[in-house]
Amino acid sequence: MERFGRISYTSESKVADFVKFLAEGKVMATRCKKCGSLYFPPRADCPQCLSGEFEWVPLSGRCRLVTFTVAHFAPTGFEGDVPYALAVAECEEGVKVFTRVSKSIAFEELKPGMEMKLAAVKVGEDKYSFELVKP
Amino acid sequence: MHGLERRVAVVGVGQSAFTRSCGVSIRELCFEAFKEAMEGLNLSPKEIEASIVCSAPEYDKQRTPSGLIAEYLGLTPKPTFLVETICASSTTGVGVAYSMVRAGLKEVVAVVGFQKMSELTSAEAQERMGRGGDVMWESPFGIMMPAQYAMYARAHMRQYGTTEEQLAKVREKNSRYGALNPKATFRKPVSVEDVLKSRVIASPLKLLDCCANADGASCVILASEGRARKITDTPVWVAGWGSASDTMTLANRTSFTGLTCAVEAARDAYRMAGVEPKDIHVAEVHDCFTIAEVMAYENLGFCKPGEGGKLIEEGQTYIGGRIPVNVDGGLLSKGHPIGATGGSQVRTIVHQLRGDAYKIHPDLQVKGAEVGLVHNVGGVGLYANVLIFRR
Repeated sequence: MERFGRISYTSESKVADFVKFLAEGKVMATRCKKCGSLYFPPRADCPQCLSGEFEWVPLSGRCRLVTFTVAHFAPTGFEGDVPYALAVAECEEGVKVFTRVSKSIAFEELKPGMEMKLAAVKVGEDKYSFELVKP
Repeated sequence: MHGLERRVAVVGVGQSAFTRSCGVSIRELCFEAFKEAMEGLNLSPKEIEASIVCSAPEYDKQRTPSGLIAEYLGLTPKPTFLVETICASSTTGVGVAYSMVRAGLKEVVAVVGFQKMSELTSAEAQERMGRGGDVMWESPFGIMMPAQYAMYARAHMRQYGTTEEQLAKVREKNSRYGALNPKATFRKPVSVEDVLKSRVIASPLKLLDCCANADGASCVILASEGRARKITDTPVWVAGWGSASDTMTLANRTSFTGLTCAVEAARDAYRMAGVEPKDIHVAEVHDCFTIAEVMAYENLGFCKPGEGGKLIEEGQTYIGGRIPVNVDGGLLSKGHPIGATGGSQVRTIVHQLRGDAYKIHPDLQVKGAEVGLVHNVGGVGLYANVLIFRR
């Protein structure tokens, strides 16, 4: 998982392929093969039915802004990025995402309820993430 | 079983001064709180049958601090252990102590909460705060608590029309009472205007919408009914305790306009105590941010969802209002020594119910208060404890 995000705090995970998909431009969720539950962030273990059998499912990216903030103050390692917008959006598949909003969107344009698109993004040398962009 | 009908009392409460930098070691800081809690009690340290130490260990230099604190307070060889639910640690400690006494396993248990935030440089503290969210899926975006609460504030404003002025009024109220609390870090009254003019931390929250880290310790001593009556003439009874959690990952939350764990914890606490929100005479709520106090009004049922802004605007949470809240200045004035905060809230409510809040300041007593409530939240609505006390 070291290749996920600007600073990664997790080295290994059963869902590390998520980053490989991001590098291909795809934002993927996981679906439990046994009970059909859809998970984002992706997970490898289903707390509904305890199954570990999952498949990767692409998200359409169509989503709606639930809430956001513009951070003017950042944890260690992110100070150079401020100000940046953080947001929660709800995807048409029903799952929610927490992420940043692309700097290509002016802060003043952001309004809860507005339509957005979830997209994979390269954030550094061999580092990948996802963010909200204009639909 | 007879043992399960035992009533449990708080017999002693204490806290150190909360400050930006205390200038003493953690053991000495805890001793200050312990000493105040023991004052006037017919109880020696050797009669305390267990101690529960509460701290968020990522801020401690001392590994496994419970052993050290128990030693310094003279509580060995009795059992001691650490509990942690970040900012709600010491009310979790009170809940565990309550359970041990009510089960009949122990007669007297001390809960000691502390944090010395000044042990770390601000870069070290910021690094740890960045890991307060889900480290796999949230920390890589650069997230801290003000930003997380700010997203709740934005959603609350959007859904209910809550205003930045209403949020600022929470700080105005709490600073008014904090100015009278000799153990508070910030003792200067703050106006609505001051809050609105302060710099933006994470929109719509500004510097004065946020509480500050602090050094401090608190202590709560609980005892069985039989022992309590021998230890003190003024026991305050634990009438209800509710405790709940929510997902750490924000994306998995169901609501951004309230803390669902606080709603759950409150429901259980009210049911156990057999009281309703209207029966509460005075409350301490977890105002780590102004929006957190507004949501607490709603989540505790002091008003309907969406009416928290109106409740503060109408002055109903001041002394003399329908339900006085945070009449010791709250976290916003006292400062927030993570592991000590819940115990400090309990201390204030116990003083209010004993009718000796004059020990904090004569103007801070809510007259005739018989039932009081503590709402202590860990993280951004990650953990919640609601405690109800009776005179």
